[in-house]
Amino acid sequence: MTAMIGLFSTCLGDAVHPRVVRDARRVLEAAGASPAPIAGATCCGQPAWNGGFVADARRVARRTLRAVAELDAVVVPSGSCAAMMRLHWTQLFAGDRDAALAARVGPRVFELSQYLVEELGAPPIGSHTGRAVAYHDSCHMLRELRLHDPPRRLLSAVADLHELPRSDRCCGFGGAFAVRYPDVSTAMADDKLATAQAAGAETVVSADPGCIMHIEGRASRTGAPVRVVHLASVLADAL
Amino acid sequence: MSGFARRSAAALADPVRHENVRRFSERAHDHRTESVARVDFEALRDAGERIRSRSVAEMPALIDEFQANLERAGAIVHRAPTGADAADYISGVVARHGREVVKGKSMAAEEIGLNERLAADGVDVVETDLGEFIVQTAGEPPEHIIIPAIHKSRADVRALFEPLAGHPIGDEPAALADFARAHLRERFLRAPVGITGVNFGVAETGTVVIVENEGNGRMCSGVPNVHIAVMGMERVVPRLADLGTLLPLLVRSGTGQKITSYVSMIGGPRRGDEADGPDELHVVILDNGRTRVRETEYAPVLRCIRCGACQNVCPVYRHIGGTAYGWVYGGPIGAVLSPLLHPQGGLDELSQASSLCAACDDVCPVRIPLHDLLIGLRRDRARTSAGAMEKLAFRLWSLAWSRPWLYRASTRAARRIPVKRGQTPFIHTPVIGRWLRTRDVVVKR
Repeated sequence: MTAMIGLFSTCLGDAVHPRVVRDARRVLEAAGASPAPIAGATCCGQPAWNGGFVADARRVARRTLRAVAELDAVVVPSGSCAAMMRLHWTQLFAGDRDAALAARVGPRVFELSQYLVEELGAPPIGSHTGRAVAYHDSCHMLRELRLHDPPRRLLSAVADLHELPRSDRCCGFGGAFAVRYPDVSTAMADDKLATAQAAGAETVVSADPGCIMHIEGRASRTGAPVRVVHLASVLADAL
Repeated sequence: MSGFARRSAAALADPVRHENVRRFSERAHDHRTESVARVDFEALRDAGERIRSRSVAEMPALIDEFQANLERAGAIVHRAPTGADAADYISGVVARHGREVVKGKSMAAEEIGLNERLAADGVDVVETDLGEFIVQTAGEPPEHIIIPAIHKSRADVRALFEPLAGHPIGDEPAALADFARAHLRERFLRAPVGITGVNFGVAETGTVVIVENEGNGRMCSGVPNVHIAVMGMERVVPRLADLGTLLPLLVRSGTGQKITSYVSMIGGPRRGDEADGPDELHVVILDNGRTRVRETEYAPVLRCIRCGACQNVCPVYRHIGGTAYGWVYGGPIGAVLSPLLHPQGGLDELSQASSLCAACDDVCPVRIPLHDLLIGLRRDRARTSAGAMEKLAFRLWSLAWSRPWLYRASTRAARRIPVKRGQTPFIHTPVIGRWLRTRDVVVKR
């Protein structure tokens, strides 16, 4: 019996980055997995959880939790959503009727590079393109999921990977933070862009749609010559 | 505009200040990073977390032991339930001895507004830590827990010091420090009362520990006839041997040194046969909400040893400094501690003043889970002081996105919204407009 794998598209994937979801699917297929879309899933509930609105977060997350209940693996092209589902759903559903389900599902949720490297053993994906890229460590990917090496391992197989100075410093997105305190949030994005430009990085890669939307949205506004691309797209371009 | 939004925008509007805070907090963080790499810092953090967790868990008994040992050595201990009580007590002691005070760094004294109180009494207080002396001269509160003048450049300091000196000093750091040293030396020799903070209070021995680099703490505690030490009550630790863990944790995290130039361990006032030291030692143990916080889920914040590492690594702090947080403590520790210690201060929103990047969790020497505590405070806020519109917005959002068809319809609609400058009517909406003021949305179709 083959394992049932679902690709969770995430709200930013559905609303802003549909191409990233398609690229993630192509990459997974190239790696020998056959992910299916997840019927009935919506969002992981993180916006409300991070805002402190627990009941609202549960209402949304419950829909997605139940939609992924029967899957053997849920692959997520977003470090932040993956951390929410893998680590924080047990807190969110503590004492709830779905607590046991959340505890069972958590360990089956994988961020994309985590799944490719740790579950599939980093199969070769495409060929080296010679493209120069710099990787931005997103906060929850690095400091919650502790995924430092997997995205780098995948990237260095298909591109010339350069280290971005202070790659672990937050880009200033932070969900609601970006609209609650836009001045500070924007200063943080400018920091990230200035660091990339000083290092000569023209393409910054991230595994988190939130960071990409923020850094790229600021670059688009200021005209900074920095492209911001999802890890899945760099891998898909090498196929 | 909320208080934090207003204060942070004001801080960002000063480019010199912005650059100074960025540069000096980054430098301090880099010094820490190099320093902790030279030892088994994770093992030290484990030990520090154990010691400080025990300190908080056993705080009432440890404070009793600390007080009994100090009193046996001849010190006068005053327990202040509130900041106002502490200020009253200190004001009374100072009034009995004169009108001049030399003061060392103390965040607890900032908490109780001590300088303002003594000034109102007509007492002349001079800050003797160089950074504190700079911000006092500027008429400002400290901007950082251990680097009070982090936002000041050499030129700023020169502009503050030359009018005091009445002659040119230039902007060489050594010349500026020499001026401060000479200026303060007279005050040390003249003042009848010295006031300092306390880094640790050792219960087992009744020892007051002061950690510093300039010698001013030792001067304040050793030269005047009266020494008043102000200690937040959570700074008590069980045993003298605990300092073997806590001193390197504090110093490597704060400045990146192995040890500071001065570590004073004070066991009481001058004894009959001793040449130096004050005739009176007062130790003011400040509660000011700590006992209350200890009873809550936020008790781990009381482990804090005030090293400033979370401020130095914080990507928010580095753009705005500490005073933008609106009360004594800035940065991640302030976002958690300030609303807890000062619940009437309207500081609830500080839990929002974070991108939840969790960098603070990774540097905290005593492993305070700042990120989790911030989310806890956000939960409290969502139940209480959050606005009706915000509550309604989350409710409507959750009702919509718990229905797959509404979720699909709304995310598909979102892709079609034109969201580049000049292309959108949404710039005037409350949430999307605040994004679009400084950023586009680039859709990847």
